[in-house]
Amino acid sequence: MTNPNNISLNISHALEFIDGHALNIPTLKILSEDGDILDGATAPDLDKETALRIYSTMRFIRLLDERMQAAQRQGRISFYMQCLGEEAAITASAAALKQEDMIMAQYREQAALHYRGFSLEQFMNQLFSNEKDLGKGRQMPVHYGSNELHYLTISSPLGTQIPQATGYAYGQKLKHIDAQSGELSSEIDNVTICYFGEGAASEGDFHAGLNMAAVHKAPVLFFARNNGYAISTPADEQFKGDGIASRGVGYGIKTIRVDGADTLAVYAATQKAREIAVTTGEPVLIESIAYRLGAHSTSDDPSGYRTKDEEAEFKSNCPVARFKAWLLKQGWLNEEEDEVQKDKIREEILAALKVAEKIQKPALEELVSDVYDTPIPALQKQYEELKEHIKQHPDAYPITAGRIK
Amino acid sequence: MAKMNMLHAINSALDITMAEHPQACIFGEDVGYFGGVFRATSGLQEKYGKHRVFNTPLTEQGILGFANGLAAFGAPALAEIQFADYIFPAFDQIVNESAKFRYRSGNEFNVGNLTIRTPYGGGIAGGLYHSQSPEAYFAHTPGLKLVVPRNPYQAKGLLRACIKDDNPVIFFEPKRLYRASTGEVPEGDYTIEIGKAEVVKEGKDVTVLAWGAQMEIIEQAAAKAEEAGISCEIIDLRSILPWDAETIAKSVTKTGRLVISHEAPITNGFGAEIAATIQKECFLHLESPIERVCGLDTPYPLALEKEYVPDALKVFAAIKKSVEF
Ligand SMILES: Cc1ncc(C[n+]2csc(CCOP(=O)(O)OP(=O)(O)O)c2C)c(N)n1
Repeated sequence: MTNPNNISLNISHALEFIDGHALNIPTLKILSEDGDILDGATAPDLDKETALRIYSTMRFIRLLDERMQAAQRQGRISFYMQCLGEEAAITASAAALKQEDMIMAQYREQAALHYRGFSLEQFMNQLFSNEKDLGKGRQMPVHYGSNELHYLTISSPLGTQIPQATGYAYGQKLKHIDAQSGELSSEIDNVTICYFGEGAASEGDFHAGLNMAAVHKAPVLFFARNNGYAISTPADEQFKGDGIASRGVGYGIKTIRVDGADTLAVYAATQKAREIAVTTGEPVLIESIAYRLGAHSTSDDPSGYRTKDEEAEFKSNCPVARFKAWLLKQGWLNEEEDEVQKDKIREEILAALKVAEKIQKPALEELVSDVYDTPIPALQKQYEELKEHIKQHPDAYPITAGRIK
Repeated sequence: MAKMNMLHAINSALDITMAEHPQACIFGEDVGYFGGVFRATSGLQEKYGKHRVFNTPLTEQGILGFANGLAAFGAPALAEIQFADYIFPAFDQIVNESAKFRYRSGNEFNVGNLTIRTPYGGGIAGGLYHSQSPEAYFAHTPGLKLVVPRNPYQAKGLLRACIKDDNPVIFFEPKRLYRASTGEVPEGDYTIEIGKAEVVKEGKDVTVLAWGAQMEIIEQAAAKAEEAGISCEIIDLRSILPWDAETIAKSVTKTGRLVISHEAPITNGFGAEIAATIQKECFLHLESPIERVCGLDTPYPLALEKEYVPDALKVFAAIKKSVEF
């Protein structure tokens, strides 16, 4: 029976409350820590080429993160955030999408961007905020974005991308509306994936975004990265109940939880979720469980809030090593070649860093461009006055003075 | 007296408050055991327990809604917003709720026990979202008080005054100075009156006015001006709402000139309100137009931060312009 409250009533005569922890959503795991397919599990349909591309992306991001973390320590860049521990979750989910699907990320998802084809040079230009940075040197390091690669530029305020993803996905669906009949086609080409942390899932935007997606049927894949911490706040001080997944269920959204350190599980879940979204036009929630192996960012010191023992326990469960073990067993990867590749990438990263570091900063006019489509009169006037001021004191503004006409 | 940086001074003000009132609570993102990302609340959870000093889930809207409720109950609510840039998700709770609680209920209810602390301002290579100065948005809202300290001594005395004040107050902490500014601070309790500007240095040719982190900048500019034979009267506004028009008018009546500086964009920044009021109060005493040295009307950038911010050289240029008009 359905009543006007949109609830199918299931009448009971027992005064019984459902426990807030009653849900216990299973976690999909396919690959063992040693790289074997677990009994009863089915490996997803993953071809060799895709598998190797996933692996090389994870390896590249590890090496980039390692190098740029060090570069921040040397004072060469102001800030950095690693993907450490979540490489499998991010790369495998991105790999299960189509190149034209939209990605709306939180900030720790550089692996998805690299998988799409963001080059080493492009990473470096953003990290050094030089004049080749697509974001024109306005945002902190790691706030990447690329229209060409369908990757929305990162915004620091947490959770804001979640309702945006709902709106964008709704647009992707409306693209298929029949102008004559006003009917939607049953198949959609593209979906939006929206990544966020379990911390960001506490923001109002999360609830607004999921509810609207469910009610208005937007083909968005909500990808919750439950990595145990939001800066220093452990997950048990962030939410009660059965993780973020239970919230998806609460909003009436199809939901799955996966072992986020298991490349095959994440790939299988995302592939299936995408299929659901394109065929039904509805949202899906995936909760990935993977420990944040690194610090929150270079401004953070995790020794202030978690123990070495805890970190060591999770370090032994490395998502990259696990997938590598499987690839080796498949005979798709060769240990020696892998080492040679690693060294080569390390050298390339170092070389690219040295180049990007020397490229000049954006020109003064980039300070006032893009605030509006064209600078409004007040801003134009401020810009002229600023130019005059810099011309009079060139030594005080070495980055821009030499290039002012 | 003890030598403290601004974080210690704030911590000390919070500590006194927690000891004073058994229901006072400190809450916000990461403020618990970790002591906040800037460590302003270090050691307080150990001292006062998890029930009174705690991490909140990551929801500014939730923090301020909760704080409004707790303060309405009657407990001192000491809420932290991790960066002033992230106060906007809580905008509705502050502007529509905190500010109007007393008025709309005929004082049946009020949230006078609420104090919101939040680090603001640039100079830390934080880009768009870790550098904003949002004071002007709140200055347009009757029912709130806004306070900005410039050094550790001011920070402790003003924060204690904010907490004791029977109105909701936002206390903007200049994060660039958290560790950079140190000074002698009494270990015991004291307050500094809210709503009073401070004449930091007397002078006769031009009044130079700022608050918070810009104080250091205008002091550097004034030092340059002194070398050029210009005598500056330096004023710290300290409190933006209510603001001390009287002290500023008195000074400008004497000097005949005013230079105002703030980091926030110039258009509709709080400097505009000051300029309008002072030109009315001091019209016949003004020797030159009131100058404003502020952020550009753009978001706060990263790579070209130096170009964007009102630095000492820009303030000095404005002082000269004002005097040579
Ligand atoms: C609205 C807002 N509030 C606070 C912050 C500061 N902040 C940046 S990251 C972060 C923690 C995010 O944790 P989570 O979403 O779990 O992601 P994780 O870092 O664990 O990947 C906080 C509090 C912010 N960026 N935006």
